[in-house]
Amino acid sequence: ALHCDHATMAQNGTIENGLARNTSPLPQPVKIPEIKHTKIFINNEWHTSIKGKKFPTINPATGVKICDVEEADKADVDEAVRAARAAGQRGSEWRQMDASSRGRLLHRLADLLERERAVLATLESMDTGKPFLHAFFVDLDGSIKTLRYYAGWTDKIHGKTMPVDENFVCFTKHEPVGVCGAIIPWNFPLLMFMWKIAPALACGNTVVIKPAEQTPLTALHTGALIKEAGFPPGVVNIVPGFGPTAGAAIGSHMNIDKVAFTGSTEVGQLIKAAAAKSNLKRVTLELGGKNPCIVFADSDLQSAVEETQKGAFFNQGQACTAASRVYVEEAVYDEFLRLSVERAKNIAIGDPLEPRTSHGPQINQHQFDKILELVASGKKEGATLECGGCAVEDRGLFIHPTIFSDVKDHMRIAKEEIFGPVQCIMKFKTQEEVIDRANGTQYGLTAAVFTRDIHRAMSVSAALEAGTVWVNCYNALHAQAPFGGYKMSGNGRELGEYALAEYTEVKAITLKLSERLTL
Amino acid sequence: MGVWGVFCSRSCPAGCNIWPRLTVRVSGPDLRESVPYPLEFFTSKPTISSHQTAAKIFINNEWHDSVSGKVFSTYNPATGEKICDVQEADKADVDKAVQAARLAFSLGSVWRKMDASERGRLLLKLANLVERDSAYLATLESLDTGKPFLSSFFVDLQGTIKTFRYFAGWADKIHGSTIPTDGEYFTLTRHEPIGVCGQIVPWNFPLVMTAWKLGPALSCGNTVVLKPAEQTPLTCLYIGALIKEAGFPPGVVNILPGYGPTAGAAIASHMGIDKVAFTGSTEVGKLIQEAAGKSNLKRVTLELGGKNPNIIFADADFELAVEQAHQGVFFNSGQCCTAGSRIFAEEPIYEEFVRRSVERAQRRTVGNPFDPTTEQGPQVSAEQQSRVLELIQSGITEGAKLECGGNAPPSKGFFVEPTVFSDVQDHMRIAKEEIFGPVQQIMKFKTIEEVIERANNTEYGLAAAVFTTDLNKAMNVSAALQAGTVWINCYNALSCQCPFGGFKMSGNGRELGEIGLKEYTEVKTITMKMSGKKS
Repeated sequence: ALHCDHATMAQNGTIENGLARNTSPLPQPVKIPEIKHTKIFINNEWHTSIKGKKFPTINPATGVKICDVEEADKADVDEAVRAARAAGQRGSEWRQMDASSRGRLLHRLADLLERERAVLATLESMDTGKPFLHAFFVDLDGSIKTLRYYAGWTDKIHGKTMPVDENFVCFTKHEPVGVCGAIIPWNFPLLMFMWKIAPALACGNTVVIKPAEQTPLTALHTGALIKEAGFPPGVVNIVPGFGPTAGAAIGSHMNIDKVAFTGSTEVGQLIKAAAAKSNLKRVTLELGGKNPCIVFADSDLQSAVEETQKGAFFNQGQACTAASRVYVEEAVYDEFLRLSVERAKNIAIGDPLEPRTSHGPQINQHQFDKILELVASGKKEGATLECGGCAVEDRGLFIHPTIFSDVKDHMRIAKEEIFGPVQCIMKFKTQEEVIDRANGTQYGLTAAVFTRDIHRAMSVSAALEAGTVWVNCYNALHAQAPFGGYKMSGNGRELGEYALAEYTEVKAITLKLSERLTL
Repeated sequence: MGVWGVFCSRSCPAGCNIWPRLTVRVSGPDLRESVPYPLEFFTSKPTISSHQTAAKIFINNEWHDSVSGKVFSTYNPATGEKICDVQEADKADVDKAVQAARLAFSLGSVWRKMDASERGRLLLKLANLVERDSAYLATLESLDTGKPFLSSFFVDLQGTIKTFRYFAGWADKIHGSTIPTDGEYFTLTRHEPIGVCGQIVPWNFPLVMTAWKLGPALSCGNTVVLKPAEQTPLTCLYIGALIKEAGFPPGVVNILPGYGPTAGAAIASHMGIDKVAFTGSTEVGKLIQEAAGKSNLKRVTLELGGKNPNIIFADADFELAVEQAHQGVFFNSGQCCTAGSRIFAEEPIYEEFVRRSVERAQRRTVGNPFDPTTEQGPQVSAEQQSRVLELIQSGITEGAKLECGGNAPPSKGFFVEPTVFSDVQDHMRIAKEEIFGPVQQIMKFKTIEEVIERANNTEYGLAAAVFTTDLNKAMNVSAALQAGTVWINCYNALSCQCPFGGFKMSGNGRELGEIGLKEYTEVKTITMKMSGKKS
């Protein structure tokens, strides 16, 4: 789960030997004197870019360059696709491998992630600015669990036999789609990497994956682990680069059979159009959200305040699931607001590598500017700024957790995805009204309801147009449960058994028999 | 039975049966390179003296002496020598174990509160520990059962490890459903563990059967009271040590070596056991089901005997059919519920099939299980040996033609020569009764209709096989056969992903595969009244 309080994190995934572990010391970031893996990963080997270009990756907490990374462009993507095609062709080692052996490889990769957990969490924290402990307990935990979950699926992807009419025998096989392109964002670089490759590999596909240009380091480090785990060359290829070049090359490639993208709705539309214009590759999209949280007067108010606020500010608000629209029932509105503001002021902002820090910088200047511009629009359009609303002095890309009250549905801050630490609080009177308002958006990724009333919980969760609805919780994501968007928040679902459908082609094989089966 | 498929796909790129390959490989000069463990490992006789402490009763992750103070001995069937004494569990010990299992299963216990994915991790850890100790476990298995070491290592150990891994993966994928009920209701189902599962396993595949039982039971979140066969308790007890090392909470798995009429009966009729799974003879299976009925209506799954038909058509790949039919009946000294003990060969190829089968049986090497060239070890006990010899004698008396074998070789152990009968008639005892020994019956048939009827004309329905290159024949015959498993152009191709179990008196329920989970869960339907219809 993407819960970000340390108590929950410490419980999550750390029950070992069937017994709750005694309180262990907090994990520490490790010193990384030199970044080992900065090149393009194709065929289990490290390559420089064909054009000879590089790009820098920056630590957003300090503004200091971490290192230069080889920049993949169309020609490099072509190389990667060639490798992936060869690895996935009929008769290849990968295609002939037992399904259960694919599972063993995924488990081995999970073991290696566990071994490198502190290193990867440190790298992730440096590259994204997210607090180290979040990276360690949320991102790494989620990554490892996702791998293990799909490791278990490999030999359980069942076809069916159908009792067809007349003298036929019919059965289905769920076959891999082929070469899967994947384009992932910078907010959860490693976790999104796993959400993409784990189901793809479980189903027997090969992968060409582009990490975001802001955060390529953990993906590349994982490349080395993929090789060490023993995946055959070409099964996973990693092409760090930019969206309009490497990303576009993936979206429109004639030899890529499927593309999975996580990012903005705007770019998701481009990807789908490129897929259509090229080879009708299959598309799954996990896009933006403007996710409503509905807090009823009968809810556990303290818990609702905490959950909605973590939902809004987790990962500095840089989450597609960010709880950016909070609808509070009139009777408790003032109290909810007071408690929320009080809590927001206590959030520990600081060095992401410090264990006490729970709020780091935004990812880059562009995002930083965009957030502050939206905050300004909120003020201008008449919302009340309750706290925050500005950058932390002398700290580069840090923004104070911000709360607006008296937000109206027509304001930009109530309609646009801010992707920053900005919580918009609105008032509502009736259930019917709030459902309409919650659904009055192009997005439909997640939603939450806070109430003690079982009827209300069931009615509202049924009425909300969202791929995930949380009741009395927020960001409770699990590898076992499907995730994805209604409407313009996406196409298809990731995680759970459902994701397997996105990475398989179903083949119906029908045999004609000379006579009817004696059934 | 033998999880052959597992082994085939590992070492034979063509996916063919491994046995002929293995025979060639181990008798070749490159032995040291081609097997992943040193030759001296199985050429010198190992002892288990260092594990004397393990030969106790395993309850609550601790080792106990029997309440009665009784012990029994376990023997090496290849020599008839005693290996060691084992504490003998009886009703009082079963009571203790059930108490531990109930406590481990009680609401709010560590086991009940554990994440499903964490149960999967524990099973995975158990698989890794079995893998770590696989050479030792294979040695122990061969010592206790008499099966060839290489067979233990490649078939039993691989099957055990793979089964644990497979069910580890299921733990957090046991899905309930939500159901669009009529009216103003919302319904969802939860697949909950049943509770305390009693499990009674046989001596022919002690480790694999332990894994088939523990894997799904633990994956679904049950607790277990398991009784290994009195002939072969050692590897199962060793698994107890690994269960503890893996970190399963105390009481989740309890292992009670003992006898059927005492410890086994106590499990079947126990009022504190919610489900019993038994693998063994049809005769005892009936007793178990009856005891379950008379006590608390505990759920029952049974995996029992077989008299499995193997139909060879004239158009079959002849070499393949001869070899597979041979392995299908002689594997594990014929001590398999899946043994292909009724071979129906089509008239035009009958003579040649008999000739080649006899030739193959005569080449079968019988001897010391720790000699790498050995294909067949002894029967498990003197009792089994004399039972097999008695049935062979009945075959001769009833007029079947003894083509080869038929005797016990002069040796200290409980060996029986590979035996082939031709001109067997359906009414003869050797064509009707489960022999559980290295005895191949070959019959002649003329038409498809005839052979289907004869193949199905038995109280059993465990497994069957068809050898043909004709698609229509293959599909039609496999559809017509009354058997839980039908192999086409292969035999004993078992894998943990596929369901296994019997039609008719070969059993109730299925083990392995997704369907195996069904036998270890209760489905709970939760229906909630809604205010208004939700679409």
